[in-house]
Amino acid sequence: MLDDLTLEAAAGELTAVLGPNGAGKTTLMRVCAGLIRPTSGSVLVLGRQPGSAETAARIGMMPQSTGAWTGIRPLELLHYLASLYAHPLDVDALADRLGLHALARTTYRRLSGGQQQAVNLAGALIGRPELVFLDEPTAGMDPHARRATWELLTELGAAGVSIVLTTHAMEEAAALSDRIHIVDRGRVSITGTVAELTAGGESLEDVFLANTHASIA
Amino acid sequence: MSQSTATGLDFSPAPGAAPASRRVISHGLTEARLLVRNGEQLLLALIIPIAIMVAARFLDSDLFGDQLAASVLALAVWSSAFTSVAIATGFERRYGVLERLAATPLGRTGLITGKASAVMIIVIGQLIILSAVGLAIGWRPHFSAATTGLAVVAVLLAITAFVSFALILAGRLRAEATLALANVIYVVLLIAGGLVIPASRFPGPLELVVRLLPTGALGEELRQASIGIIDGWPLLVLAIWAGLLIVLARKVFRWVG
Repeated sequence: MLDDLTLEAAAGELTAVLGPNGAGKTTLMRVCAGLIRPTSGSVLVLGRQPGSAETAARIGMMPQSTGAWTGIRPLELLHYLASLYAHPLDVDALADRLGLHALARTTYRRLSGGQQQAVNLAGALIGRPELVFLDEPTAGMDPHARRATWELLTELGAAGVSIVLTTHAMEEAAALSDRIHIVDRGRVSITGTVAELTAGGESLEDVFLANTHASIA
Repeated sequence: MSQSTATGLDFSPAPGAAPASRRVISHGLTEARLLVRNGEQLLLALIIPIAIMVAARFLDSDLFGDQLAASVLALAVWSSAFTSVAIATGFERRYGVLERLAATPLGRTGLITGKASAVMIIVIGQLIILSAVGLAIGWRPHFSAATTGLAVVAVLLAITAFVSFALILAGRLRAEATLALANVIYVVLLIAGGLVIPASRFPGPLELVVRLLPTGALGEELRQASIGIIDGWPLLVLAIWAGLLIVLARKVFRWVG
């Protein structure tokens, strides 16, 4: 799935990883989380091999396919996740910020897709990580929730948190990213800032289309 | 850099894992709470065992032997440590719960230890309730200090073996297949695995086969312990199964679907 993929995400920056379906973005996340071991090569996350409790504590993960026990309530899940960390964020304050108090009595399976995304985002941030991996964090969110999430990501960057984000929304990548890697067939095909990538006058979507293959023929 | 928002949130990085013991205890309590809330699990954990005890009281059959309450305690361990864990874990893998948790400081070892802790919390509750029901309908066990110790070790070894077996199924099969197979295996070994019907009631070589099953060994140890007989063989059988199944579970378990 990944073929000699090398990319760097600078400290305190928002790095976007763009690519068509099947390009290897989710596999990249799983490798960085230590869920999958690469068959060859090495992965260093924050200078360490992924998988240990110490490394996991420094990283907040929001995998695309993440979920929760169907019967758990959002705040119960966040209190549980907070208990795994030494200096977690205040659960009530984070729930306030993301509007989760209104969902306090709803079990996870009864939340909408966008509401589940908000809970999952909170779960990725609860441990006060220095690096956050967000796999399509705004998929399924309405425009209000999406804009609120963008504001939150900007706030995280200002606080010194490094963010690696995947998305299919080009305007999201253009609005938020300090640096963009476009990935295709398991390799990085082009890298640059938004200004560098669009210097020829094309839109970011044009650059994306020119540097990737269609996943559906 | 430290920066607080209007809501008092300070997102500036302050990473660190909670102590391992706190992570495991927190996970065990969370899973145990979720299991208790699940009606189906309650059926497996208490209602079926109590129904068997009460029904047998009126059947007047010697098929179940005279230590049925001890047999039912073994059945309770089997249902919670194998069937419940297999089904729950199968769906946790399907719904991405394992993927989320494996990426937290809880990690893989913490997840397995936490799951085993949740099972122990549930089993302790089951054993107290089922023993009370057994005593109320006439069970008069004769545990000694030594046989109580053996029974506790047997339950711990059985939990290890059954949870490992559950993770092998749930870690390889689709959630629906795990659900179906875990229920079929539950019923087959309930009847023919030396749990409710003692091994001695099986004919010829089948008796030996049943004694060598982990379910049969647990049933045998609890029945012997409850009449004050010290018997080490079932413990040896359970220890071998626990060792084999742990090794296999570590080898074959997959965290993502």
